[in-house]
Amino acid sequence: MLNVNEHRCHHQGGQTIADLAAKYKPDANLFILNGFPTPAKSTVHDGDIVSLICKGKQPTPEELDFLLSARHTPGIQNKIKASSVAILGLGGLGSAVAGAMAKIGIGKMLLSDYDVVEPSNLNRQHYFVDQIGMLKTVALRDNLLRMNPSVSLELVEKQLTEPDLPDLFKEVDVLIECFDDPVMKAAALRSVIVKMKNVAYVGSSGMAGFADNNTIVTRTIRPGIYLVGDEVSEAGPGQGLMAPRVGIAAHHQANQALRIILEDVQGRANDQ
Amino acid sequence: MNITLNGQPKMLNCIATLSELLEELALNPDTVVIELNTEIIQPDAYDTQTLNEADSLEIIQFVGGG
Repeated sequence: MLNVNEHRCHHQGGQTIADLAAKYKPDANLFILNGFPTPAKSTVHDGDIVSLICKGKQPTPEELDFLLSARHTPGIQNKIKASSVAILGLGGLGSAVAGAMAKIGIGKMLLSDYDVVEPSNLNRQHYFVDQIGMLKTVALRDNLLRMNPSVSLELVEKQLTEPDLPDLFKEVDVLIECFDDPVMKAAALRSVIVKMKNVAYVGSSGMAGFADNNTIVTRTIRPGIYLVGDEVSEAGPGQGLMAPRVGIAAHHQANQALRIILEDVQGRANDQ
Repeated sequence: MNITLNGQPKMLNCIATLSELLEELALNPDTVVIELNTEIIQPDAYDTQTLNEADSLEIIQFVGGG
């Protein structure tokens, strides 16, 4: 068997890359054999993995969906695509979580922030220098759609208060709290436990500085409610937020949301 | 009075309410979530919510940064 653009194909003796391209992607002009560029005349062998690429031409959203489905397996990808998350705050945590969720093909994301991109954000937040001054919601939408044009995005451009949270986010599968402000972190956790009984939750507390990687943990508060961080490393003078450790926490959050979606850990269904 | 605080036994002297306990622990009431016997207590009740013998209390304290 061969793997050609994530399709499994029968291998015939003497077949070349050019033969495969003629059959599967006639406009291809870049050929990758087992991870390395190769000329069209190369012969393929059983077990080879071949990517046929047309340089400069973007795959259609359908082709991208197919590639994700093939890579993740259809059962898993259907669950991811059927799921929605909301991200509260689009700073170092939120922008990284959103990138991870877009790349795996989440169905829908609500992106919430009221702030604009500032130069001081760029040491950790996933924005570009030419986006300084843009609303984070708009800048992040532009960036995410370049990563995966199939993801459906809804922007919530306001400074959230505790009473807003159930009104705006009670329909999502997983609420991911990435606020900077500890008052809102506490408010969001209370709100989800008391007022959003069907929404799973991944909160955050303590990821500033460059202390030990392995003190960032994912703790179960109650079934379907999780908290990521070391719970002590507060952002402040002498201990700033920096991309590496904030990224560790963000990806704990993203993976926990994925595990909830794929039912690898408990969601909220049993919390009555 | 003996209570359980975050899974550990704790003896309280001269503390009647949640607000008094937060003050004793030097915790900012605005940045904590409190579960008393598995029920979330709203912040506007911290002043009036009394503590009783054998209560089980979980206090989650948040720090800034995100």
